[in-house]
Amino acid sequence: MEHCEAKCGTAEQEQALEAVIEASRSTPGCLMHILQEAQAIYGYLPMPVQKKIAEGLGISLSEVYGVATFYSQFSLKPKGKHRISVCLGTACYVKGSDKILEEVEKELGIKCGECTEDGLFSIDSCRCVGACGLAPVMMVGEEVYGKLTPDKVKGILDQYKEASK
Amino acid sequence: MANMINLKINNIPVTVPEGSTILDAARQANIVIPTLCYLKDVNCVGSCRMCLVEATGARGLVAACVYPVSEGMEVKTNTEKVRKSRKMTLELMLSKHKKECLACERAGNCELQRLSIEYHCDPQYFASDDTRHPIDFSAPYVVRDRDKCINCMRCVAACNKQAVGAIGAIQRGYNAHVGSAFEMDLMSSVCVGCGQCVVACPVGALKERTTVDDVWDAIANPQKKVVFFTAPSVRATLGEAFDNPVGTNVEGKMVAAIRRLGDVEVFNMDVTADLTIMEEATELLNRIQTGGTMPMFTSCCPGWVKFVEQKYPEMIPHLSTCKSPQEMFGGLLKTYYCEKMGIDPKDLYVVSVIPCTAKKYEASRPEMGGEVDTALTTRELARMIKTAGIDFNSLPEEEFDNPFATCSGGGTIFGATGGVMEAALRVAAKLLDGNFEVIDFHEVRGTTPIKEATYKIAGKEIRVAVASGLANAKEIIEGVKNGTRHYDFVEIMACPGGCVNGGGQPTLPDSIRNSLDLKSLRAEALYKSDTKNEYRRSADTPVIKMIYDEYFGAPNSEKAHKVLHTHYHEDKRI
Repeated sequence: MEHCEAKCGTAEQEQALEAVIEASRSTPGCLMHILQEAQAIYGYLPMPVQKKIAEGLGISLSEVYGVATFYSQFSLKPKGKHRISVCLGTACYVKGSDKILEEVEKELGIKCGECTEDGLFSIDSCRCVGACGLAPVMMVGEEVYGKLTPDKVKGILDQYKEASK
Repeated sequence: MANMINLKINNIPVTVPEGSTILDAARQANIVIPTLCYLKDVNCVGSCRMCLVEATGARGLVAACVYPVSEGMEVKTNTEKVRKSRKMTLELMLSKHKKECLACERAGNCELQRLSIEYHCDPQYFASDDTRHPIDFSAPYVVRDRDKCINCMRCVAACNKQAVGAIGAIQRGYNAHVGSAFEMDLMSSVCVGCGQCVVACPVGALKERTTVDDVWDAIANPQKKVVFFTAPSVRATLGEAFDNPVGTNVEGKMVAAIRRLGDVEVFNMDVTADLTIMEEATELLNRIQTGGTMPMFTSCCPGWVKFVEQKYPEMIPHLSTCKSPQEMFGGLLKTYYCEKMGIDPKDLYVVSVIPCTAKKYEASRPEMGGEVDTALTTRELARMIKTAGIDFNSLPEEEFDNPFATCSGGGTIFGATGGVMEAALRVAAKLLDGNFEVIDFHEVRGTTPIKEATYKIAGKEIRVAVASGLANAKEIIEGVKNGTRHYDFVEIMACPGGCVNGGGQPTLPDSIRNSLDLKSLRAEALYKSDTKNEYRRSADTPVIKMIYDEYFGAPNSEKAHKVLHTHYHEDKRI
């Protein structure tokens, strides 16, 4: 396999991606699986990674990109070390989760879908994490924070900022 | 024989083979079901919902273009429910469509417009989404206007069928649209410029990058001497733009029409097709005799050349160094012709008329030195003729201007897949064996995607292959690379069927494309002209003899290399 024009992350990441492509390339319909694995390796799907997948599978980049932009689980932008996901599902929404999202955006100075410059946080919204009893809910990484109010947001984010100092 | 299925469409009994769609059956019974996304052999996905009909046994309305018939089925194509559904589908498309119909060059020839009129649509029934995106003017050959696109995906299917995949379906739901990966512009994408997307588009979302105004300016400029030359296939298609049946050869009227555009000379590009053959056949024999890189691939199709440069740059040494007939003509006019006529090359404005969008790109390549000032598609020429108020069908038949009028039949068949191969074989065989008299090489004719043949000439076996459509070209290249295919000479045309089916040819509605074999009908016009020609072999025409006697000396001479040959660049793209 030829090397993609821009470097695909670290040598370890590139090796891992190559292994994933090699292992699944002969399975019909393997593109979704490879994209999921690639996102697990890189955290997102930048152009060099998508090019490597297209080349490895012998399909066009536009096809890879089409699938990557069709499913909301895939991201074309890098994610932060701590991924914040504010639930905008029905229960959380009626309990005012839009105000929680606004507060997170204000606190971090970025918009939903973006990543802070220091790479510490990224914000996304999601539809229901299955904890409607705790609405409104947000997740930071794998941690769930329930019964939120806007004034609780700063304290939660500060814990993560402190921990990474 | 296939099992036959009996059904009724609008109470009319129809019998069709098992596996037929409702649309097939309706066509057989001369019942029209409107289609939009359906394009025979290219796009059969049932996504646009225009062809919805009622069918017994089905839960809701079904898409006739993909729904198979079954025994005893009763189909209704014109009920209140069906009409309302189609009308709403159209009005939803219109809500997002940039309705600049008066200024759109597809007006009058737009499938969405025709259906909207037929279904009495209210273009404002749904509030218009007037979000506008920049028009992609990045490429010198094709322009893409996303806001006119109706997401029928015919262009995407055509591009994928070419194994190029420069455009695809991006995002989902209301944001779904056609575009290149990472929203890059066409010129940065893997697009090769073949224009198959343009002839597939039912609306005005894709068109050539027009240079008609530049040509009018040159004609109006007293400092400029304007010369036109027309590619072999243009005479076989231009008539379609003036309601002639597909396959009408309008060579004489075409020449007359161009002459009436202004004070211009009209030359025959078949002459430089002959010249290409002289150079290419000689190059082939040289490669065979000196152990050069084999097999040799033809290089007259700029879409194919771009495909090799971008996808298989390692195969560049296999490409013939010959320029295409268009660029040979440019070179010939700006050197030999200018010297002969005492014209300063700066004052000569060269217009080629071609069936192709990629030729516009070719003319802009820096290594071609701007020898062809501009390239017009068949469609653009038709537009100029209409603007000039010329009544095309009542024109007299006129002849090309000297000194570049007389061609061989070999030059003419360049416009069809297999034509270059056959013309080259006619000349190469005679060069190898002076007594070789075969003129017709039937094995390389026809629209079969890949044609192979082996000819024994002067004790040598010459293995040839002809492919049209880039997916087939890809198959040939892969076979040559992995050692499963062995040839001496390979002709490739990017467009399925060759130039007669090029991306610059008149756009015909799906109703015609789905019922006629355009490729064969148009090619037939060229083969008929070949048989009628007094000269069948490129080497035999007085014009070719004159060009070599007066200027180049011999094929592949140093002077010929300077003017008639070129080189290629690796441009690897994924």
